[in-house]
Amino acid sequence: MIAQILFIVVLTAAVYLFSKNAGKIRRNILLGREVNRSDRRAERWLVMAKVALGQTKMTRRPVAALMHFFIYVGFIIINLEVLEIMIDGIFGSHRIFSKPLGSLYGLLIGGFEVLAVLVLVACVVFLARRNILRLKRFSGTEMTEWPRSDANYILVIEICLMAAFLTMNAADYKLQALHFGHYIKAGSFPVSSLIAPALSSNPGTLAVTERACWWFHIIGILAFLNYLPYSKHFHILLAFPNTWYSNLEPKGEFTNMASVTNEVKAMLDPSFAPESNGETARFGAKDVTDLTWKNLMEAYTCTECGRCTAVCPANITGKLLSPRKIMMDTRDRITEVGINLDKHGNDYNDGKTLLDDYITREELWACTTCNACVEACPVNINPLEIITEMRRYVVMEESQAPASLNNMFGNVENNGAPWKYSNADRFNWADGDGQ
Amino acid sequence: MELKVPTMAQMAAEGKQPEILFWVGCAGSFDERAQKITRDICKILQHVGLSYAVLGTEESCTGDPAKRAGNEFLFQMQAMTNIQVLDGYHIKKIVTGCPHCFNTIRNEYPGLGGNYEVIHHSQLIQQLIDEGKLKAEGGESFKGKRITYHDPCYLGRGNNVYEAPRKALEILDTELVEMKRCKSNGLCCGAGGAQMFKEPEKGDKDINMERIDEVIAVNAQVVAAACPFCMTMLSDGVKNHNKDQEIKVLDIAEITVRANGL
Repeated sequence: MIAQILFIVVLTAAVYLFSKNAGKIRRNILLGREVNRSDRRAERWLVMAKVALGQTKMTRRPVAALMHFFIYVGFIIINLEVLEIMIDGIFGSHRIFSKPLGSLYGLLIGGFEVLAVLVLVACVVFLARRNILRLKRFSGTEMTEWPRSDANYILVIEICLMAAFLTMNAADYKLQALHFGHYIKAGSFPVSSLIAPALSSNPGTLAVTERACWWFHIIGILAFLNYLPYSKHFHILLAFPNTWYSNLEPKGEFTNMASVTNEVKAMLDPSFAPESNGETARFGAKDVTDLTWKNLMEAYTCTECGRCTAVCPANITGKLLSPRKIMMDTRDRITEVGINLDKHGNDYNDGKTLLDDYITREELWACTTCNACVEACPVNINPLEIITEMRRYVVMEESQAPASLNNMFGNVENNGAPWKYSNADRFNWADGDGQ
Repeated sequence: MELKVPTMAQMAAEGKQPEILFWVGCAGSFDERAQKITRDICKILQHVGLSYAVLGTEESCTGDPAKRAGNEFLFQMQAMTNIQVLDGYHIKKIVTGCPHCFNTIRNEYPGLGGNYEVIHHSQLIQQLIDEGKLKAEGGESFKGKRITYHDPCYLGRGNNVYEAPRKALEILDTELVEMKRCKSNGLCCGAGGAQMFKEPEKGDKDINMERIDEVIAVNAQVVAAACPFCMTMLSDGVKNHNKDQEIKVLDIAEITVRANGL
């Protein structure tokens, strides 16, 4: 009874705390500008099914894709087990699904065990890739101590959870064989039966081990849930909405700024009267709140895998730009803005901005807008949109484009071409030697 | 072949409407190397007897480099002016010689009121091959040559056009080899996003040199390009590697013209 009460208290606290922190992230995301991403719903469900559920964009790196698939499937399927643990915890039952599911139960538990081993293996491989093989993709200026630790914590926690799950089953398996107490014959244990000989044969010790692992497993999961909002691991939740709200237009298409359209129309036709919405937002993005909510959602979705940076032509050739850093900076800054909001209220200004305090101009001007980062992202994040919005701010609000680009602008404006040629010579090519 | 390039103004004066407008683009109009490709595209159009015209001096920059660099004002000014010209001639269909013009007119002009069917010249060549109007005969033989195709970002990733340019090469009976980074994983030449008009930021290598390393790695004799900016970057890269004797950089249109002896 005490165990049940304790369990309910822990569960309620964990869910409450998680909802509170997830709610803050939701609020932070909604600090972004409006953009309509709710049209063409059928297509959106399909994109989500393919990219998030089906993980189709992971396959470009087959080893990582396979390992990730184990962890992903393990995570989703082992949740069925967590459901049983929850019910057992609340009602004080033991393996409540075993009776109604009959022989299927054994199959399920057996399946979970195999998955748990695959998850374990994948996590160990991932740890090795990061810490022993030191894959280039996991380094870079933005991969400072916290992101590196974050990745390792996640993997270690998952290893611990799976180990606890298997040890719990092993103890249970032994207790079942001993016909001890409430440990009825239930489930099949293809993996934990192999660990079982390593455990004590004393039923009392076994029962304590089983309970300890049970509590460790479930408290571990609840603690992990509450770690998510602070971690890159939040992608396990946001990958789904993030792909649903994907940009469905061709990647080459950049948005046309409606605010500019009004001004340009008024310039070309003085009688044009724009429908004013009374809002005088700045052109482009200086800080995170100038970005759209989708940009901000993407920042929280990013799991820092570095596929974007690995294919970025600027980064490959030693330039400062790293698309992953763009996303990580955006997340760090919106988190900071959120904390300021909680601490100091709406009107507080910390004097910092995404531009300059986080992302330098050198990074922005290194981009070739080639869309390789966008193509590479397994969850359809678009760092290019943020870069473009910030360029817009630098050019249109500050007039701080590099001098050579200002020359180009001048040429386009005056001669209709980015070079200093007279428009009158534009058709001279036709008089060429015709070779 | 004696080239006759009709302008929209002439056509309109004669009360004629061409089937398709050839949007030349700034590089195609002013860059010496690209001018040759422009003339080759005209040769192809003339050869197959497709009724076309160009805007000549009435054409202006689409605004692409301004937009990528963040100057949305200038882009929209250019776009709206161009749309007025295009609509003034009742243009319905456009072929461009540049993936940047192609992307901008096709994707970004509709939101500003300019609605046209836009294709890139590699797509036109593919269509003409499919229709049997273009072959690869009567000219230079590319048989057995190792050719690799460099995907321009705004044609490939930007608009998912990967097959049309390859089709134009397949007809040549060449040995078509793919670089390590190709199609949706293709490496940029380094010119996009208005980089063409500025010095690269500080780094340890130029992007076009990185790209030419891959060309050399597959032992290609010809790099096929489909974008005037890629053409500049790739040609410079080949020169800087001192490989201009071994490796030729040719546009899809040039290759087509050579193969057909136009």
